[in-house]
Amino acid sequence: MSESLLEVRGLRTVFPEGDARLPVVDDVDLAVSRSETVALVGESGSGKSMTALSILRLVPRPGRIEEGTLRLAGRDVRSLSVDEMRSLRGREAAMIFQEPMTSLNPVVSCGDQVAEGLRLHERVSGRAARRRVLELFEQVGIPDPAERLDAYPHELSGGLKQRVMIAMALASRPKLLIADEPTTALDVTIQAQILELLAGLRAELGMAILLITHDLGIVNELADRVAVMYAGRLVETGTREEILGSPRHPYTQGLLRSIPARAPRGERLAEIPGVVPPPRAWGAACRFADRCPLVMDVCRRERPRPVVLAPSHVAHCFALEPGVGSGTP
Amino acid sequence: MEGYVVSNLLVAGLLALGIFAVWRASRSRLWRDAGRELVRRRPIALTAVGLFVLLGLMDAVAWVDPPATAAQLAAGDAIALRKPRSLLDRLFPPDFEERSYSAPLADVEFYGGRPLRHPGRHLLGTDILGRDVLHLTLKGARVALLVGGLTSLIVIPLALVFGVTAGYLGGGVDDAIFFVMSTLASIPSILLLIALVMALGRGPVQVCVALGVTGWVGFARIARGETLKLRELDYVQAARALGVSEPRIVLRHVIPNLMHLVVITFVILFSSFVLSEAVLSWLGLGIDGSWGQMIDQARNELSRDPIIVWNLAGASTGLFTLILAVNLVGDAVRDILDPRTLKERR
Repeated sequence: MSESLLEVRGLRTVFPEGDARLPVVDDVDLAVSRSETVALVGESGSGKSMTALSILRLVPRPGRIEEGTLRLAGRDVRSLSVDEMRSLRGREAAMIFQEPMTSLNPVVSCGDQVAEGLRLHERVSGRAARRRVLELFEQVGIPDPAERLDAYPHELSGGLKQRVMIAMALASRPKLLIADEPTTALDVTIQAQILELLAGLRAELGMAILLITHDLGIVNELADRVAVMYAGRLVETGTREEILGSPRHPYTQGLLRSIPARAPRGERLAEIPGVVPPPRAWGAACRFADRCPLVMDVCRRERPRPVVLAPSHVAHCFALEPGVGSGTP
Repeated sequence: MEGYVVSNLLVAGLLALGIFAVWRASRSRLWRDAGRELVRRRPIALTAVGLFVLLGLMDAVAWVDPPATAAQLAAGDAIALRKPRSLLDRLFPPDFEERSYSAPLADVEFYGGRPLRHPGRHLLGTDILGRDVLHLTLKGARVALLVGGLTSLIVIPLALVFGVTAGYLGGGVDDAIFFVMSTLASIPSILLLIALVMALGRGPVQVCVALGVTGWVGFARIARGETLKLRELDYVQAARALGVSEPRIVLRHVIPNLMHLVVITFVILFSSFVLSEAVLSWLGLGIDGSWGQMIDQARNELSRDPIIVWNLAGASTGLFTLILAVNLVGDAVRDILDPRTLKERR
C-alpha cells in the first residue's frame, strides 16, 4: 500500500466526566488509501462517529483528542492551526451526516447552501457558482435540478435532501468523503438509490470514502475494507471478503449471525446477549468479555493483543492466539 | 441643527431603510410568501397599523412657513407662526385652539358658555388648554411609534448581540453575560426605569433608552437559549465540517434562524413598550404629547361634574387601536413564521 490518504494511529478521544475521562475512542488505528472505501462498523455508542469527528477535529466540547496521530493528505491534523484546519475541511475531507432532515439550514435555499461550500475554497462569481451547483445537482441525480436550486429544504423529500447534502460535500472536490450513516434515516428504496449514487461517484471521481454504518448490507455493497469497532476499540479489521466471508472475532461473528437475510428461515434469529456497556464501565480488559461465548479468564484481566490472521486481516481476541485459546473460535 | 430638521432627516432615513428591508426580504421566497400570507390573514389590522405609521410619518415631517407678508398680516388670517408645523398639523387650521374645555362639536365653551372661535368643528372637543383633542390624539401616534419602534431598535440588536454571544461561545463569556442579565432582571423594573429616567432626563430618546436598558434581558435570554440549541444542530455541524468559519456560521446559520423570533419579539416588545410609556406618564415621567400623558391629564377631568370624557376617550382609543392592531398582526406573524407550522402551511 502506498502513502495513505488518511492515517490514524493510536487515536484516543476522551470526554471528561467528573474526575474521570471516558475514552469514547480508545487506541484506534485506521488507514484509508486513495479511492478506497473503508467501512467503520459498530453498534450505536461504539465510538465510530466520534472517530470520524476526531479526524476533522470536530469533537463536540467538552470532548477532546488526547492521544494519537492523525494524518490527512500528508498533513498532521493535530498540529494544524484553526485556520489551516478549516481550509482542510471540505477540501481534503468532507463529511455527510446521518440526518438529512436536520442537516440543511431551513432558511437558506438548497442552491445557496451548496454554493456556500463551493465558494469557501475557491473564488467563483455568483453566476459561475450557480452553474457549478447546477452541475453538482445533476451529478447527484436530483431531478429538475434548475427548479431545486431555489427550493428550501422543507420542500424536498428526505432522499433529495441527502442528495443535496452529498452535493454540498462534493462541492470542493474532496479526496475523502466521510459518510456518517448516510442512509440510516432513509427508507429502503431510497437507501439503495443513495448507495448506488455513492458507488457511482466513487468510480467517477476516484474519491475515497470512509463509511460509517451499522448496516452490514451496506458494507457488502460498498466497502473494500472493513474495520469493526466495539466499545471504543477496534476488534477486527480486514478486507470485505475476510470480514464478511470468514469473520474471526466472536463479536463480528455474532453481528453477522444476527442479519435476517443470512439466517435460516423459520428459525429464531441469533442475537448477541446483553448490551454494549456504557463508557464508564469500560475497563482495560476485553470489553466484549461479558457477552462473549468464548470468554476465558485472561479476557477479564488483560487487553487482547492484535492477532494477525492474514496480511490484511487482524483481530483482537485471546481466543485466536495460538497457545492461549483454541485458535479457531 | 433644529429639531424638526433632524426629524425630517430621520424620516428620510427610516423610509430608505424600510424600502431596503422590504426589497431585501422580497428577494427571499420564504419572506415573500410570509408577507403574502400576512396580508391574506390580517388585512384590516395591517391597514390599521399602516394608517398609524402614516400618521406618525406625517407628524414627523415639518417645516417653518415663510414669514407672513404684510398683506396677510393686514388681512389678519395669518398669525405669524414662526414655529415648524408638521404635515399633520397642516391638516388643521393654524389657530385651531380655544380658550378652554369644549364638548365635541359644541358651539360654546363647556364652562361659561362663551362662543368658540371654531364652533362645531372640534370633532372630539378641546382639552383644558383649549387644544383640539382629535389633533392631539393623532399626534400621539408619532410618540407611540417612536417609543415602540426606537426602543425595539435599541433592545433587539443589544439582546441579539449578548444572547448569541453568550449562547454560541458558552463558558466564561456565557457566565458573565448571564450574570449581568440576572442582575438586571432581579431589580424591580419600574424602580430601575424611574431611576434611569431621572438620571438621563425626560426627553423622548432618554425614555426610550431607559425602557431599552430594562427591557432587553427577556429577548437576550430567548436568543441565548435558541443559539445554544442551534449551535448543536446538524446543519451547523455540517457547515463546520465543510470548513465554514465560526463568524460566518453565526451570521449565516445562526442569526437567520433567529429572525422569526426577532420579528415576533419586535411585535410583542413594541406594544409592551407603548404601554410601559403610558405607565411612566402616569408617574409623571412620560414623553410630552404621548397618549399616556393625555390619559394622565384626563384623570383629573374624570372627577369633574359634569364629567369630561372626550380627552380620555381619544387617547385611550388611539392606544387601544394601535396595540390591538399590532397584537393581531403579531399573532399572525407568529403563526406564519413559526418553523413548526411552516410545513403544514404549504
